[in-house]
Amino acid sequence: MGRFIILVLALAGLWLLLSGYFDKALLLGLGAASILVTAWLAARARVMDGDSVPTGLMPGIFLYWIWLAGEIGKANIAVIRQALAVEPKLSPKMFTVPLPPKTSVGQATFANSITLTPGTVSVDLRENEILVHGLTEALCDVPAITDMGERVARCEGGGQ
Amino acid sequence: MTEAVGQFWADIELIRNILSWGFFLAGGISVVSGAIGIVRFPDFYTRLHAAGVTDTGGAELILIGMLFQAPTWIVAVKILFIGFFLFFTSPVATHAIAHAAWMVGFRPLEGPELRYKEEGE
Repeated sequence: MGRFIILVLALAGLWLLLSGYFDKALLLGLGAASILVTAWLAARARVMDGDSVPTGLMPGIFLYWIWLAGEIGKANIAVIRQALAVEPKLSPKMFTVPLPPKTSVGQATFANSITLTPGTVSVDLRENEILVHGLTEALCDVPAITDMGERVARCEGGGQ
Repeated sequence: MTEAVGQFWADIELIRNILSWGFFLAGGISVVSGAIGIVRFPDFYTRLHAAGVTDTGGAELILIGMLFQAPTWIVAVKILFIGFFLFFTSPVATHAIAHAAWMVGFRPLEGPELRYKEEGE
């Protein structure tokens, strides 16, 4: 039930912010009806689980995103340096990092975060590790990436 | 009184323009550096990283620059939505092509000498 309410609130917010109608009764009524039908269909099709309405990561995930934005900025500068350097000092390699998050949403968030930080791309998700391709020796920092995963894992605990 | 208010909004406008310029320049540098990296880096996997700079730094910084130019808050919210969805979709696309390349047996150049690993190494 909690999931249903969160989905309805999220859809209502999306509808209101994208349409910008706040005082047209007919349109608001139609919007409310379409939101309720959507949520009802999602419940009926049994797709309203931890994967489609990932409440398990809230609310810690919002702070994590802000931290992640800083990391993305730092990694961007490192890769731009290599791209513009007279002699790029690349040392690409494939390496594995452990996978601290336990839920599938957490694991996907962690893998996406690795890919979002320039200089590291998650290539393959395995049983309990991720195969990552890194651009330089400094960017292939396994402890730092594991720390990122542990931050996601901490978000998992917060919202349960 | 109205003059002071007008001056205040003119100042805000100036600050907005300066901030926009800063973000547009930073975003433009990211996009161009990403393009240069795609040309200069040696193989498929390293080029993905250069494309990542354009995807994250370039796109998001330019969107922030646009945010300061938004005429109404409803436009600003829509720009935020674009940034939010890019934030989720661009790594999925990057992972999809990297994973596809890995699965068909495409191997990366490795180490500072940039050579392919021998079997069993």
